[in-house]
Order: sequence, then C-alpha cells, then structure tokens
Amino acid sequence: MSYSDKLIDHYENPRNVGAMDKNDDSVGTGLVGAPACGDVMKLQIKVGVDGVIEDAKFKTFGCGSAIASSSLVTEWVKGKTLDEAGAIKNTDIAEHLALPPVKIHCSVLAEDAIKAAITDYKDKSDAADADSKEEVA
Amino acid sequence: MNEHRANIKLPIYLDYQATTPLDPRVLETMMPFLTETFGNPHSRSHQFGWEAETAVEKARDQVASLINAKPKDVVFTSGATESNNIAIKGVGRFYKDKRNHIVTLSTEHKCVLESCRALQQEGFDVTYLNVQENGLVDLDHLREAITDKTVLVSVMAVHNEIGVIQPLKEIGAMCRERGVFFHTDAAQAVGKIPLDVDEMNIDLMSISGHKIYGPKGVGALYVRRKPRVRIKPIFSGGGQERGMRSGTLAPFLCVGLGEACAIAEKDMGADNERIRNLWNRLYEGITSVNDEIFLNGDAENRYYGNMNLSFAYIEGESLMMGIKDLAVSSGSACTSASLEPSYVLRALGVDVELAHTSIRMGIGRFTTEEEIDYAVTEINENIRRLRELSPLWEMAQEGIDIKSIEWTEH
Repeated sequence: MSYSDKLIDHYENPRNVGAMDKNDDSVGTGLVGAPACGDVMKLQIKVGVDGVIEDAKFKTFGCGSAIASSSLVTEWVKGKTLDEAGAIKNTDIAEHLALPPVKIHCSVLAEDAIKAAITDYKDKSDAADADSKEEVA
Repeated sequence: MNEHRANIKLPIYLDYQATTPLDPRVLETMMPFLTETFGNPHSRSHQFGWEAETAVEKARDQVASLINAKPKDVVFTSGATESNNIAIKGVGRFYKDKRNHIVTLSTEHKCVLESCRALQQEGFDVTYLNVQENGLVDLDHLREAITDKTVLVSVMAVHNEIGVIQPLKEIGAMCRERGVFFHTDAAQAVGKIPLDVDEMNIDLMSISGHKIYGPKGVGALYVRRKPRVRIKPIFSGGGQERGMRSGTLAPFLCVGLGEACAIAEKDMGADNERIRNLWNRLYEGITSVNDEIFLNGDAENRYYGNMNLSFAYIEGESLMMGIKDLAVSSGSACTSASLEPSYVLRALGVDVELAHTSIRMGIGRFTTEEEIDYAVTEINENIRRLRELSPLWEMAQEGIDIKSIEWTEH
C-alpha cells in the first residue's frame, strides 16, 4: 500500500507520544478500539482553567495509518477549546493524511478518541464540581 | 545506525515463500529456448520440434528424479495453482459417481480450499479438518474423517505461511490402506525437503517453478500411474500431457523448472544447513533481547526457510512499515482489504489479538549472514520503538490484563 508523505512523516516521527496521569482532574483520557480488531488508541488531553486544551499525548497499537491519525489529532487539539476539538471530523483527518479507503476506519477511531477524552474530562470535572458543592454545603 | 549498511543492497528480500529469485544457472539453461531453439515440442515432423521435445523430456526427467517418480507421471502445468485445481477437480469429477467425499485441512492454500468449494457446488461433501496448535494435522482425526465415500485426501507438504511439515508418510500410508488417493500441495516443499512419492505413497503432487528458484508461470503435477490415478481434465484441447493438460508446452519454462529441480537435488543438503543456521541467527537475534515473541507453527517439524513470528503488542503492518528495508509479509489484517487476520493463524488457535501482530520472514538460497544481522538490528529497533508507542505494552508493563478490559469492537 502506498501512503502519503504526511502519513509516513507522522508514522516515522510521531508527535506527542507519551502518557499523562489519568487520575489528574485536568486530564481527560480516551481509550478506543480493541486489540482483536488490530487498533487501540489512547489519547489524553490536559485542559487549562480557561477550558483550552494545553497538551495532548497518545499511544497507539495499530497500523501506520492508525498511528499517524492519532499523532495528527494530538497536534490539532492543542490550543483548541473542548467544543472546537470535539468538532474535528474524521473526514478532515482522512483528507489531510490522504488515507486509502480501506484505512478510513483509522480516522474514525481518532475522532472517537478525541470525543472519549473530552467525555472523560467532563465526567471528571462534573464529579469534582459535585464534590466541591458538597463541601460548601 | 547499522554498521553493515555499507555492504548491503537494500531492500533485503526476506519473502521467499511468496517467490524466489531465478537462479542464474537456471536462466542460462532457459536462454537458448527463447532464441534459436523455438520449436513446438509437439511437432513430430521436423528437427525444430524434436529438439524442443528432447529438452522438455530432459526437464521431465529432472523433475521426476527430485521426487523419485517416473518421468511419465509428471505433467507440466502453469504452476501450483493450476496443478492443485487439476488434482482436486480432476480426480473429484472422474470418480464422482462412486465416491464424492474429500478431506482437506482448513489451513490449506486458497486454491485448494476454493477448488474444494467448487466441488461442493457440484454436490461433493468436503471435510475441512482443523489442525493442532502447532499447525500439524491430528492423524486420529484424519483417520476418523475418511469414509467409504472418500476419494481424495489433500494435505499441504510444507505450509506457505507457517512452514510446518505435515507427516506425509503417515498420511500416505493411511490413504493407501483405505484406498483413498493422497494429493499433496508441495509448492513450498519440493527441493526444500526430501520427497519420495513411493515411500510416502503420494498419488498426486503439485509443484511450482518459482518457489524453487525457477521461473514463474510453470509448475508440474505428479499423477501416479501405478496404481493408476485418473483425472477428468479441466482444459479441452489437443490432448497434450497424457490428455491431462492440453496446450502447447513452453519449452523455456519447462527447461527452467527442470534445471531448478536438478540444482535443488544437488544442493538441498548444503542449502538447508546454511538456511538452518541463518534461521537460528535470526530467531536468537530477536528473541534474546525481546520478550513475548512467539513462533507460529511447530518448532521442530518445519522447513527452516520460514519464520512466522507474533510480536505481542505491535500491530503487524506498523512493524512492516518500520522495517521498510526488509521485504517481508504480514499475517495481520491491515495489509489486506478484508481487515481479517490470517485464517491460518486463526485455525491454529492463535488469539486474534496476536494474529494481528504476525510477520512472516523467509530465508532462502541467496540470503546472507550480513543480511540477517541487518534485519535483526532493524527489527529490534522497531520493536523497541513501537512498544514504546503501544498502549497495550504500557498496560502489560503496569500489570493490567488486556483481556480483562471491556473493549468496544468496531
């Protein structure tokens, strides 16, 4: 299969590889995919008090397209608000990396990973809010 | 990065199960038949035809000699796919009225499985036996599967994906005892392991040219005459090749296959010793510094030109992309349009997770020690890099059982 230069660059030099503390309330973690399907993405976002994503990290088990898709979205989400990040579409990812049709699911998974990380962050901050309200009461 | 780089021509070919390069000695024997000796070997009335016929018959002798067969029992074809089609459909259709049951393995090559499926459409019953975890057929299961209606047992000699050698002699004896024909797809076995159609009671054997350093587009089918195996041909035509395979033979291809067989017969011992050493070097080189690398297929009953490994926590295609200077093939889904991992590895009971992490490497006549050392360095570096990148590896290091997680299958 022949891949675009952008895809190969993200595969060979993946951006923002790593892990953040998933118990930190400012960190949202998305873990999507399944080993049995050959793709697992873990995407983490760190959200500032202003609601802007300050940092993002990923680790991916999957083919080159899956690695490149997740690497790309870590770049894209940084500096975005949660709403802006949540609006990233898989088609944008697929287009940017020129994914072959059989690899479109990799971009879908990357979009799912962003959404899962945002949901995790919101769940945690809702819980934290609830905790702090209880303390006030 | 790699001290051997200067001496090595890249990319390195490690896909000898897909095809092999033409041996220069083979090419040399073929050349005259592409130029001055152009006759039709079936022309009986002049010297041009006689010369071509003599060359083809010499090639037939060479093929026969390698498998201890009578030359007359060897039929030239376009390759192992055609040979498998003729063997299975040809025997099946000839004996259909008396016997209509075939036994084969679920791990056979697609051309065997699809030929069997075609016969099912014509009313045959086919038993697709599962193999053991090591890839070998369970002889008791095979014995139980054979019935009074069984006409043919078809079992691959050396497996293309995992390299295991099936117990041919035992299968042959069982088939002979039950009066069932034994066909073996020996595309990966001929010239690589000793084969003897009499000792092993093989009735039909498929042979490929390009898997044994011969040309592409030619193969052979061994069809036993004593006791006689009859075939309903697939091609209608002038009745060449004892009526089993009509069509003008290509003498340059037949000569190439013959020479490839003659070289294999002469060099098999030395080739295999060298290949075995390279196999050990590659296997030790990878497994001595990495945990959780698994060999697929039996470790002992195998042809050592094949190494199929699962690299836990690393998806196969991503590893292939990393080792881009190495020409290998993947058992993982991501290189195919279907996205299903290898049906062969699944049949062995390899976890679907692990099947996604598999790579097949082939070592052959022209592989060098330097190439293996280069490959080891490349592979190890990419294992390190891709495990660093793998959330599954991270979980494993943290002691999390990946199977305990509820994954959302997509």
